[in-house]
Amino acid sequence: MTAPRVPVGERTLPSWLRFVAPVVVGILMLALWILYVDVFAAAPRMLPSPTAIGAELVLRWDIIFEDMLVTATNALIGLVVGSLLAIVLAGLAATARPIDGMLTPLVAALAVVPIVAITPILNTMFGASSQFGRIAVATIAAFIPVFVNVLRGLRQTRPVHRDVLRASAATSAQTFRLLTLPTALPYLMTGLRIAASLAVIAALVAEYFGGPADGIGTAIATYAKSGRAALAWAYVVGGILIGLVFFLVTSLLERLVTRHSSV
Amino acid sequence: MTETTVGITKDLAVRAVGVGKIFPTKGGEVIALDGADLDVAAGEFVSLIGPSGCGKSTLLRLIADLDQASSGTLEIFGKPARRARVDQDYGIAFQQSGLLPWRTVAANISLPLELHGTSRSERTARVAELAELVGLSDFIDRYPDQLSGGMQQRVAIARALATRPRLLLMDEPFGALDEMTREYLQTELTRITAETGAAVVFVTHSIPEAVFLSDRVVVMSPRPGRITDVITTGLGAERDESLRESPAYFERVTAVREALHGAPIERANER
Repeated sequence: MTAPRVPVGERTLPSWLRFVAPVVVGILMLALWILYVDVFAAAPRMLPSPTAIGAELVLRWDIIFEDMLVTATNALIGLVVGSLLAIVLAGLAATARPIDGMLTPLVAALAVVPIVAITPILNTMFGASSQFGRIAVATIAAFIPVFVNVLRGLRQTRPVHRDVLRASAATSAQTFRLLTLPTALPYLMTGLRIAASLAVIAALVAEYFGGPADGIGTAIATYAKSGRAALAWAYVVGGILIGLVFFLVTSLLERLVTRHSSV
Repeated sequence: MTETTVGITKDLAVRAVGVGKIFPTKGGEVIALDGADLDVAAGEFVSLIGPSGCGKSTLLRLIADLDQASSGTLEIFGKPARRARVDQDYGIAFQQSGLLPWRTVAANISLPLELHGTSRSERTARVAELAELVGLSDFIDRYPDQLSGGMQQRVAIARALATRPRLLLMDEPFGALDEMTREYLQTELTRITAETGAAVVFVTHSIPEAVFLSDRVVVMSPRPGRITDVITTGLGAERDESLRESPAYFERVTAVREALHGAPIERANER
C-alpha cells in the first residue's frame, strides 16, 4: 500500500555512475599529479610524487601508526568527554530555564574563541610532557556542536506526541524517556558527527603548538621543517585516515538512528 | 459534589454542565467555548460538528483533560476529567496519527500498556488482539513510515483502545485522508465500536461523516463557541454501505446541514 519513495536528487544519475564518477576523477587527478611531478619535474621540492608518498607510507607504517594512535586517542577522549559534558549540560538547560539562561551565552562565547590558539598556554600550564592540553582542546572543540544540537533536539517534541503521552497519563520521567530522549537522539548523532571531525582537527593542530614529541601533527611539523617532504605527506595521509575513521563511524551511527523518518 | 449525584451520573460517559473555556491572548480574551451542556450515555456515539473556531476540538480537549475548563463542571463516568485521564477511562485519536516513528506498529499500540506496567506477555497478547481488530495483523513489525495514512490512523485507533477504555475521543481522525479511505474507515469504526461497546465523542468537519457514524450529532457555532442544536439520527445500530444511499440518511444529512446554516447567518455567507 505504500508508495516507493524516490528522493528527487537520486533520479539524475544511475547508481553505478554515482560510484564510478568520483573514482575516475580521483584517478585523473593522481595521473595529472604524477605527470606534473615525475614526468615534467616542474613541482616545488615540498611536493613529492604520490608514488614517493605511498612508498614512505608503506615503509614507515609502524611509526606512522604509533603516532596515529596517539593523536586518535587524544581526539577520542576529547570527543567522549566533551560529548558527555555537553549532553548533561544540555539536559539541565532543557529542563530549567535559569540554567539555560546562564549556559547558552557562555557556550556562544566559547564557540567564538579560537580554541587551538590557547594550546600553548595549556601546554605551559600542564607541562610539556602531558597530553592534557591537547585533550582539553579536543574536548572543548567537541563540546560545542554536541551541546547546541542536543539542546535543540530536546525541544523538538511534537505537540501531538505530547498530547498522546499526556492522554495516556505518562509521568514526566516516562515522557522524558519515551518521547523527549528518542526525539533528541538524531540531533545528538548529528552533533557527534560534526564534533568527531572537529575533535580530530583540534587534537592534531594542537600538536603544532608543543607538548610531547609524539602524534601526527608533531611529526608533520618536524619532517616538513627538515625537508623530508614525502614522509611529511605520508603523515598527512595518516591524519586523513584518522579523520575518515571518525567520520565514517559517526555517520554510520547517525544513519542507524535516523532510519525511520517521522510521519 | 454529593454521593447521590455521583451515583446518578455514573451511567453517563460524559456529563458537561455549563462548560466554558477562555484563552488569554495578546488582543484580549478569546471565548473558545461558552456554556456547553452535553451528556453522552455509555456506549453512545456522539459527533461534534461545526465550522472552524466553534470550540468542538476545545470541548474534546477539555473532556480529555488536555486543557482545563475555565468554568462549568465536567464529569467523565462520574469523575473529574483529571481523575478519568489518570485512570485511563478514555482512549484518544487525533487528526495526525501521532505514532512514534522509532517504534514498530506493535510497540506503538502497546505504548499505553507499557506506561502502566502491563507485563510483556499480556502486552503481546493484547497487541495481537488489537491488530486483528483493526485489520493490521500482518503489519505489526513495520514502522509507521512504511504504512499509508489510513493504516497509520488504524494503528492510532488500536493504540487508543489498548487499555480497554469505555470512552473513545476522536479529533477529526479521518480529516487528512482521501474520501475512499475515509468511507472505508468510517465503516470499520462503526464495527470496532460495536465490538468494544465504547462510547465515542467524535469531532468532524464533515456532515455525511457525522450522520453516518452517530447516534446524535451536536451542532456548534463560533464566536463564541457554543452548542446550537442536537440532532438525533435514529438510524439504528446497523451502519453499512446501503445506509449511505437510504432516504433516512439523506434526510438526516439535510437536517444537520440546515441546523449548521441556521446558525449565525453571516458565518454561512462567509464560507
